[in-house]
Amino acid sequence: MYDFDWSSIPGALPFLWEGMKISLEITVSAVIFGVVWGTLLAMMRLAPVKPLAWFAAGYVNLFRSIPLVMVLLWFFLIVPQLLRSFFNLDPNTDVRLTSAMIGFALFESAYYSEIIRAGIQSVPKGQVAAASALGMTYAQAMRLVVLPQAFRNMVPLLLTQAIVLFQDTSLVYMSALADFFGAAYKVGDRDGRLVELLLFAGAVYFFICFAASQLVRRYQKKLNAHVAH
Amino acid sequence: MSYQWNWSIFSSPVPTGETTYFGWMLSGLQTTITLSLCAWVMALALGSLMGVLRTVPNKWLSGLAAAYVEVFRNIPLLVQLFIWYFVLPELLPFGLGDAFKQQLNPLTQQFLSAMVCLGFFTSARVCEQVRAGINSLPHGQKNAGLALGFTLPQTYRHVLLPMAFRLVVPPLTSEFLNIFKNSAVCSTIGLLELAAQGRQLVDYTAQPYESFIAVTLLYVLINVVVMTLMRHLENKTRVPGYLGGK
Amino acid sequence: MSCTRKPALIALAMAALFAQPVFAQESPTLKKIKDSGAIALGHRESSIPFSYYDDKQQVVGYSQELMLKVVDAVKAELKMPSLAVKLTPVTSQNRIPLVQNGTVDIECGSTTNNAERGRQVAFSNTIFIIGTRLMTKKESGIKDFPDLAGKNVVTTAGTTSERLIRKMNEDKKLAMNIISAKDHGEAFLTLETGRAVAFMMDDALLYGELAKARRPAEWTIVGTPQSFEAYGCMMRKDDPAFKKVADAALAKAMTSGEAEAIYKKWFTQPIPPKGLNLNFPISDAMLKLYKAPNDKPFE
Repeated sequence: MYDFDWSSIPGALPFLWEGMKISLEITVSAVIFGVVWGTLLAMMRLAPVKPLAWFAAGYVNLFRSIPLVMVLLWFFLIVPQLLRSFFNLDPNTDVRLTSAMIGFALFESAYYSEIIRAGIQSVPKGQVAAASALGMTYAQAMRLVVLPQAFRNMVPLLLTQAIVLFQDTSLVYMSALADFFGAAYKVGDRDGRLVELLLFAGAVYFFICFAASQLVRRYQKKLNAHVAH
Repeated sequence: MSYQWNWSIFSSPVPTGETTYFGWMLSGLQTTITLSLCAWVMALALGSLMGVLRTVPNKWLSGLAAAYVEVFRNIPLLVQLFIWYFVLPELLPFGLGDAFKQQLNPLTQQFLSAMVCLGFFTSARVCEQVRAGINSLPHGQKNAGLALGFTLPQTYRHVLLPMAFRLVVPPLTSEFLNIFKNSAVCSTIGLLELAAQGRQLVDYTAQPYESFIAVTLLYVLINVVVMTLMRHLENKTRVPGYLGGK
Repeated sequence: MSCTRKPALIALAMAALFAQPVFAQESPTLKKIKDSGAIALGHRESSIPFSYYDDKQQVVGYSQELMLKVVDAVKAELKMPSLAVKLTPVTSQNRIPLVQNGTVDIECGSTTNNAERGRQVAFSNTIFIIGTRLMTKKESGIKDFPDLAGKNVVTTAGTTSERLIRKMNEDKKLAMNIISAKDHGEAFLTLETGRAVAFMMDDALLYGELAKARRPAEWTIVGTPQSFEAYGCMMRKDDPAFKKVADAALAKAMTSGEAEAIYKKWFTQPIPPKGLNLNFPISDAMLKLYKAPNDKPFE
């Protein structure tokens, strides 16, 4: 039987908390940016202008065909240089967090755009026709009529995707950025207690994600009740 | 930047001499495909079973299936993989863990752990799709089956599942694609799949960009092939009269 | 770190970009350090005792202390005593691209100087010499490499040990099952959980893993070294002026006896975070290196 030794964890809690903050920062920024850029992509994809639709379809399919690990690796190697040359940054600025955030945001927006596209398509076509009969432009119809309804239906799905995204942040270990998982792994590796630290990390992830998914479920129930009445 | 490109690296022999670096890439590709297909079969079987259980009128069974889904959905794949490979064999009773660790070839151990991990992880997602598929059928179908004298298992077998499976082909396609991508995580336990071979090439030759480009293109290739095949299947299984059906 | 730069500096940078020949004699790295007012150091996170985080999340270790000697030399060379130091953690996978793309100016950790890497980056004077050996259970009965025939052996992916043991397996038909773990921590875990009977790696790193073990007394390090390797600091290629500063600083530390004191501190005394003692006596090869510093790889 394995003799567990949990003594490394208490001393490492501040470091693990720093890691958790990085995980949350990446998640929140990727959700916000992903929803905004994902909405634009979805609208482009449904727009009557062919080149826009092709661009959006190409973007979404490309990002959805590459493993996140590879995307992060690419972003980690390339984005720092691009950022520096575009914004003329000080070469010593730490861009690892930024490049991870951008990588996640661009990657997740491909997934968000698919959810949002389905949401937009679930709004009856007659509504767009009605809006344009009222003299609204395509953009106005989207903004004032279609998107508000689409978003209400999509919120649970978007939140569920955010939970997936939070778990996926564990993959930034590729770039030696100490997110929560990375921090746990590093402490475990340093002290020779990998098993204990990773079990601990697993328990923390489970607790957070389970609680979050219960909240999403409750929200969804409320929404369904609201729609039914 | 002072990078020295060298694309001919793929045709040069590896240090042990038995193949070229391109050969490594191909063997990684093969492992990725075998692993993903095996895990997919497992995920589909387990996920369907759990998806059915989630919809049966029995609190214990549906509760069990719900707990199953929560466990496998709320822990990162990376952590799950580590637990399957490193932790579980330590906790198995009656020397089963030792038997697994010492009798089996280590490469088989890595493959099995990765397959079981990916299989369980994906099955939780398949389960939710199957459940959604069954729940989306009109209630009358189940009642009609029962009224015709079918038992509950017969109703599932002959009425609900044939329809539900045809409805969930499109969402399952994206889970199928995900399993290939998620298999890249399995390199962390030392399994030599595509991403790991790419990393190995970097370690041995110090030519990172060539390797990353090749690996990325191979994943895109897998994706294109799978998408084409699945589109074919989707066309065949489409249900006339439903949204998306013609 | 301030991100704003004066337009004059940008103009200067542009001028530098377009007026390459004028600056050809100068070191681009030293110029970058001078312009930005900071030197970017690459370090490892859990490469005990070379470069790792202690319990206060400070980077410490043998290689780190030698790297700081180089920083002192750069400060003196540029006459910038208050030069800022920026630390970036690197992994074995990204360390070369990060040196090349300028994220770090110099990396001292546990990087072997070899010919493939020599095509991408420059190496400083050797800072450490290791032999590749085996860690095994005392009671396993394994004394040397031939005893491994037909057994499971673990090593870390991407290391020289991996190449050597694979080659040995082919050449001598030993029928070993070789497991390549992702990093040293997982490799030791593979050994500790009984998946493999021996762990082949750089001896210094084996001593590091042994010190971390749950029951250090159970393990021993055996076997004839299969190769010797030279660890060096990595810098960008084609910058002889910067390399000269780094080499001189390292050579001075070695010939003056400072390096040996640093060795004793990290390899023969208790080290953070848990007060482990590696008990790894200094080898003849190391003593020879300290007398005559050089940047030659062993291959």
